Amino acid sequence: MGTATRIRPDRSARRIAFSQRLGRWDIRVSPYLYISPFFILFAVVGLFPLLYTGWVALHQWHLIGGQGDFVGFDNFVFLFGQRHFWLALRNTFSIFLISTIPQLVFAIIIAAMLDTNLRAKTLWRMGVLLPYVVMPVAVTLIFSNMFADKYGLVNTLLGQVGLGPVGFHSDAFSSHIAIATMVNFRWTGYNALILLAGMQAIPRDYYEAATIDGAGRIRQFFSITIPQLRPTLIFVIIMSTIGGLQIFDEPRLYDQFGQGGADGQWMTLTIYLYNLGWGQLEFGRAAAVAWLLFVVIVIIGALNYFITKRIASSEGAAE
Amino acid sequence: MTIAWERSHGSSPIHAHKGVTVSTSRRTTAVAIAGAAAFALIATGCAGSPASDGEDITLTIATFNDFGYTDELLAEYEDANPGIKIVHNKAATSNDARENMFTKLGAGSGLSDIEAIEVDWLAELMQYSDKFVPVTDSDTKDRWVDWKAAAATDADGNLIGYGTDIGPEAVCYRADLFEAAGLPTERDEVAALLEGDWEHYYDVGEDYLAGGGTGAWFDSAGATYQGVINQIENAYEKNDGTVIAAENPEVKEAFYSVLEASSTLSAHLGQWGDDWFAGLANGAYATMLCPGWMLGVISGNAPDTTGWDVANVFPNGGGNWGGSYLTVPKQSAHPEEASALASWLTAPEQQLKAFANAGTFPSQQATYGDSALEDATNEYFNNAPVGSILTERSKAITVAPFKGVKYFPINDALQKALTRVEDGTQSIDQSWEQFLADVAALS
Repeated sequence: MGTATRIRPDRSARRIAFSQRLGRWDIRVSPYLYISPFFILFAVVGLFPLLYTGWVALHQWHLIGGQGDFVGFDNFVFLFGQRHFWLALRNTFSIFLISTIPQLVFAIIIAAMLDTNLRAKTLWRMGVLLPYVVMPVAVTLIFSNMFADKYGLVNTLLGQVGLGPVGFHSDAFSSHIAIATMVNFRWTGYNALILLAGMQAIPRDYYEAATIDGAGRIRQFFSITIPQLRPTLIFVIIMSTIGGLQIFDEPRLYDQFGQGGADGQWMTLTIYLYNLGWGQLEFGRAAAVAWLLFVVIVIIGALNYFITKRIASSEGAAE
Repeated sequence: MTIAWERSHGSSPIHAHKGVTVSTSRRTTAVAIAGAAAFALIATGCAGSPASDGEDITLTIATFNDFGYTDELLAEYEDANPGIKIVHNKAATSNDARENMFTKLGAGSGLSDIEAIEVDWLAELMQYSDKFVPVTDSDTKDRWVDWKAAAATDADGNLIGYGTDIGPEAVCYRADLFEAAGLPTERDEVAALLEGDWEHYYDVGEDYLAGGGTGAWFDSAGATYQGVINQIENAYEKNDGTVIAAENPEVKEAFYSVLEASSTLSAHLGQWGDDWFAGLANGAYATMLCPGWMLGVISGNAPDTTGWDVANVFPNGGGNWGGSYLTVPKQSAHPEEASALASWLTAPEQQLKAFANAGTFPSQQATYGDSALEDATNEYFNNAPVGSILTERSKAITVAPFKGVKYFPINDALQKALTRVEDGTQSIDQSWEQFLADVAALS
């Protein structure tokens, strides 16, 4: 900066100085400019909605009427006093666990089978992905018809083998199983393919060495495949956690009203959010639910990360 | 997402699929195009009609259940008005239509050019009457029965809805099941048999079961309750809007009496559910309450079932269940054309055709006494003279229930309370307690 003031009288020198300054800016600023699209995009579609939702959550806010009085944390206090909120939290976790855990177990098994030397590999791999291609709405419509209480396919079959009809739309746990079935149908194959990609990146030398050492298939799976799969596993688990906690399409289309059941049997947090915001038109309360859901997902995500890391690395140590 | 799918359902999926199969051979391109087509499909489903001047104007109309607007009826308008194309989207239930309406009214875009609304949530919409194009033509304004138009007129005197139908209620019954249970089958005899109050209706139900009747007497507590509650003038709210649902003994009485009857008489099939539609066809119950528009729902969903008939009678006198309006939201890109279409669809001539199609009983005064209405018969219902029956039923209506801003959410909570007892989740008392808590949480 000092040089620029010293040679100010000379015009041409000043122009050089200016371009020098430009050059310096180029070096300093350009890198940020190059990476800025991501951050701008994130700010617009990620950060801003997040913060704005928080702003809405602190107000009385009507879906059509718009912003009302500032109420501080009243919306949150209201939610904590609502039986439906806790019910929704319970359902969310229940459906999340019933869907995510079997889904990942099956995905790993399927991936391990696809990883072996199969005939017509591509066919099997595409076949596994097929349910994912079907629209979730279509899946749900078909499944909820199958799970109809009185004349549904599942209960008819159960009746033929002498089992009593299951109240898929009245008993909470049964309804969670039905919904988890739809979720698993859709996502198992998708996760299997991601895990398969991770498995194929594991150097084959490990398996050869293990075979020479006399390790069997199952030992190899637990001592080589699982530890080596750690980064992929963490990714898959976190993604299915987020998806599992935000589940909406399936419970929404599970019955004709889409409000999560007469007793909130399968009302997840997202459905509760929808009922508050679009049924009762209380947007402020809906936004508060959204924020609580966000907090829950962050906590579970972090928990997942540490647990997965521990399990995988302790397995790795055993190797 | 849900709604986008429903709304796009009727419009253009066929073309999209054709495009995919014809134009591609490689899998990757096919997937890309399928994705793009699906995306476009959703986009067209949501967005209105970006037609430019001089081009064809596409008008979208959104209804629910069955308004009787067949493709032929809409084609008639298209033929008479070159340059207008109509896309008709149907939602499954009035609840879906209501959520869709409020979502997009709040967002300020995305509604169809013509949106059908139901009388139960009309009051909620009247708070935003400035978001709809009013009916201006004075001849059109005088078209409807007074109370129908009055309900859709705001404080400034703007009429925002084109009345379609009203729902005078009769009783539909399965003549074949009646015969098997030793009950009369002729509709006049059935009318005489059921003449009386609700207790009498339930008593005959007990007779039906005692006489060896198969299945149940009626479909669900929820549907039967609708018949009871629509005979109470101020069920949930006073005329000034004060909520009295929790204290009103009439509501509690209706709730308890319907549920006590339903424990033996109901098929426990939640209305509009998969099981309920199956029950329409497979004889799960012998009677159901039938507002005019229900006739189309029955014949449309159980086309191969024989035996349905309709009797000129209703427990405890008369009642009106539902009935709808067409509205033109101000966000429509073609408000004039949309208003013209709404006016045409709700003109007496067209409403009579809709009545013939789906049993939606007209709210237009000029149709009463018209031979097309008086002499109308319905082949599906054993050639019942549905026109004269429903006209009689509409004359029996003595109560116009007050439906304010909270009517819909409270009635929704009560319907859930009925379902909880019907599916065995809770006892009647528990469910009533929870209903009280739900109503308290609404304010």
